[in-house]
Amino acid sequence: MKTPNLIFVILISTQINSVLAENTTVDSLLQAYASQGATEAGAEQGKYLWQKTFQPNSEYEERSCASCHTDDLTAPGKHIKTNKLIEPMAPSVNSKRLTDQKKIEKWFKRNCKWTMGRECTAQEKAGFLLYLNKSDTRC
Amino acid sequence: MKNTLAISAVIFTIGFVTIPVVWSDDDDYWRGMDEYKHRSTGVAAVTNTVYREECGSCHMAYSPGLLPANSWIKMMSGLGDHFGDNAELDTETERSITDLLLANSADRSDYRRARKFNRSIQFKDAPLRISETPYFRHEHDEIPGRMVTGNPEVKSFSHCNACHDRAEQGSFNEHDIRIPGYGRWDD
Repeated sequence: MKTPNLIFVILISTQINSVLAENTTVDSLLQAYASQGATEAGAEQGKYLWQKTFQPNSEYEERSCASCHTDDLTAPGKHIKTNKLIEPMAPSVNSKRLTDQKKIEKWFKRNCKWTMGRECTAQEKAGFLLYLNKSDTRC
Repeated sequence: MKNTLAISAVIFTIGFVTIPVVWSDDDDYWRGMDEYKHRSTGVAAVTNTVYREECGSCHMAYSPGLLPANSWIKMMSGLGDHFGDNAELDTETERSITDLLLANSADRSDYRRARKFNRSIQFKDAPLRISETPYFRHEHDEIPGRMVTGNPEVKSFSHCNACHDRAEQGSFNEHDIRIPGYGRWDD
């Protein structure tokens, strides 16, 4: 009975370690969000919010993250107003993504305000990070 | 009298011959001329990496020489609602970008087109849209709306580089104009 338990613990911790090793920026942000009250945020929550539409004002009928970034995180997006190309969000195809903490916070602030008309909560940001970080060609 | 005339003529001639010689010794003078010729082509290209990153992520990194200092001060104090988008920056970045804008604004620039923008704007005015300045309007008054606002590949006069191939390099030369779906524009 003891041995399978031990194997289980080892397996889990190796998995956690590999996730942490993949992206320390994301990890330290997630820890910060947890200390701000984020609990059990999951990638699914982030995905849901990414695709959810809002109408903070009447300029556009509806807005969502996908308005500019598209639903496919591995594909490039286009700024809805200026047409400017936006590089893919998924770190699996764009290694520069989710590597700069300051940059991540800057865009959360700007884009949450544009999309939802308010800043995102720590819980919401944690969800987005997990969703973006997990995204690969299968999403 | 004759002598005085002759002496004057000699001095005059010597002066004429020596001035260019003296000038040609001054490398800075000629370098200055080259720079002037180069500068007189358009507006300064944006090379600052912070500016390119912070301002050029969502739209073309417009040259600071396209608007006067008053406009940039107003623009930078209202980034919370930047033409409908939130473009807030941290204090340090905001200050460094404002410094860059003010040091290179249309009223400070040596570039020919920057000076034209500046001359067209009343001193007290602080337009926020480059496309609403008198010089811009004058330069674009012959272009039918269907080619720009009615053109899905252009959408707006704000998208300089949709038609001006070398806008990002600071050149708005007529020969570099190519309107998507319509081809070269000949004035």
